[in-house]
This record gives sequence, C-alpha cells and structure tokens, in this order.
Amino acid sequence: MKPINQVKLEFDSRSANEGFARSAAACFAAQLDPTLEELGDIKTAVSEAVTNAIVHAYPECIGRVQLRLRLFEDNTLELSVKDWGVGISDPRQAREPLFTTGGAERSGMGFTIMESFTDSLRLRSTPGKGTTVTMRKRLALRERGR
Amino acid sequence: MPLTCQTELRSMTARLSGEIDHHAARRLMRELDQAIESRCPRTLVLDLEGVSFMDSSGIAVLLRTRRRMLESGGSMEVVNVPPQAGKVLRAANLQKIVPISFL
Ligand SMILES: Nc1ncnc2c1ncn2[C@@H]1O[C@H](COP(=O)(O)OP(=O)(O)OP(=O)(O)O)[C@@H](O)[C@H]1O
Ligand SMILES: [Mg+2]
Repeated sequence: MKPINQVKLEFDSRSANEGFARSAAACFAAQLDPTLEELGDIKTAVSEAVTNAIVHAYPECIGRVQLRLRLFEDNTLELSVKDWGVGISDPRQAREPLFTTGGAERSGMGFTIMESFTDSLRLRSTPGKGTTVTMRKRLALRERGR
Repeated sequence: MPLTCQTELRSMTARLSGEIDHHAARRLMRELDQAIESRCPRTLVLDLEGVSFMDSSGIAVLLRTRRRMLESGGSMEVVNVPPQAGKVLRAANLQKIVPISFL
C-alpha cells in the first residue's frame, strides 16, 4: 500500500520538542477529521515514542530524532519515530509492562500505552545504531465535507 | 505547568494544569515536593481537572508523590481526571493502586 500523504520532521532530542512533535502529529491527522479521542490517542502515542528517544536513546548528549507521519487510503495513519542513539539490546523485554531502565522518574509503561492507544506497533532496534518505533492506527471513517 | 495548593485541616488540594509530559514533570515534581514539605498534609488530593494532556511521565509523578505521602503516614487520592489523562491512567491500571475519580 502506498501512502497518499507523508511528512518527515527532524528535531533535536530536547524535551521542549515533545510538545512540538505531538502537536505536529495532531495537525497532520486533522485532514482525517478525527474525533477528540482519536486525537488524544495520537498525541499520547507520539509523546511516548518521542520521549523515549529523548530520554533513553541519547542519555549523555543531544541527538537527532525523526518523526515520520504517513497517511494511507484506508484512513490508516502511521506514526514512526526514529533515533540514532544507543539502541535496545532486548526489545521484547523493553515492551513488557513496568520494565524500565529509567529509575524512579519513569514508570515503564510507555510501550504498554503506545500499544493500547494504536492498532499495531513495530519496534526495530540495533544496539549502538538506533531505534525505530512504527505505530499504525486506523481512524473511523467519517462523512466528508461537513 | 502551574500548580496551586490549598490546605485545610492538614488536607491539601493541589490543582494541576496544562500539559504533564517529561518536559514539565521535573518542575512539577519539585513544586509538589516543596508544597508537601512546607505544609505537611496528612491527606493529599491531586485535582487534575485543568490537565489538557498527560503521558507516562505523569504516572511517575503520581506514583512518587503517593510513595512520599505513604512514607509520612499520609494518603493520596486523584480527582477530576479528564478523559485523555484517564485513558492513560487506566491503560497503566493505576486505579488499582491509587483511588482515582474520573470526570
Ligand atoms: N528509543 C530508545 N532507545 C533506547 N532505549 C529505549 C528506547 N525506547 C525505549 N527504550 C528502553 O525500553 C524501556 C521501556 O520503555 P517504556 O517507554 O515502556 O518505559 P520507560 O520509558 O522506561 O518509562 P515511561 O515510558 O513509563 O516513562 C526503557 O526503559 C529503555 O530501557
Ligand atoms: Mg517511555
């Protein structure tokens, strides 16, 4: 399936950009005429993935984070967050509820939330090379031209 | 991420507002810590009515604040949780750990 629309954004791994990334995703999704709940789901999923790139991928420095948003004909929105950071040695363990390497400032619920707020999640990571999280969410078809 | 607190008979209500993400969480945690330290409440009520967005960073704030209250023999509850924040808390099953009332 080919996307019918796509944007790519790249930004520094600074926490101030978390709000930017989820707003950008919400703006891109607006062309699908989403419900408030769907918009909240999209913002939450993007916020989790981008925060992970900022907190975990680059613990000691500022790196690059890429957000790619794609739209498909069947009203599916794809949210993809990529970093070139430390990577994850055991991706299966990382996805388990409550698993965290972040100490008391984190809850280990990020992947659980991303999974429950979208329809599918794919995690690709190579230690030392980086991580890509790709989520898909099919939005309810609504009547156009209201 | 402004925080306003009101204390009555050692019960403190803290009203949180704005977006609680990783960017805002550190400052919020510091402000909550300071308010608890200076007012020594026995019960803490966190009112989330003004929270327009929350992610897992907010869960960590709630859990750390609750642990702090329990350590000093107190308790904590969360009230007026809007739909988006409520969905996040439910996905993490937080209502099993902390008393929460959803809007
Ligand atoms: N982009 C990433 N780069 C490197 N490690 C990551 C990345 N994303 C996640 N991880 C690893 O996976 C673990 C689980 O991530 P998850 O988002 O579920 O929880 P968390 O970020 O630790 O806590 P929370 O999201 O609840 O604040 C992290 O603690 C970290 O070790
Ligand atoms: Mg996380």
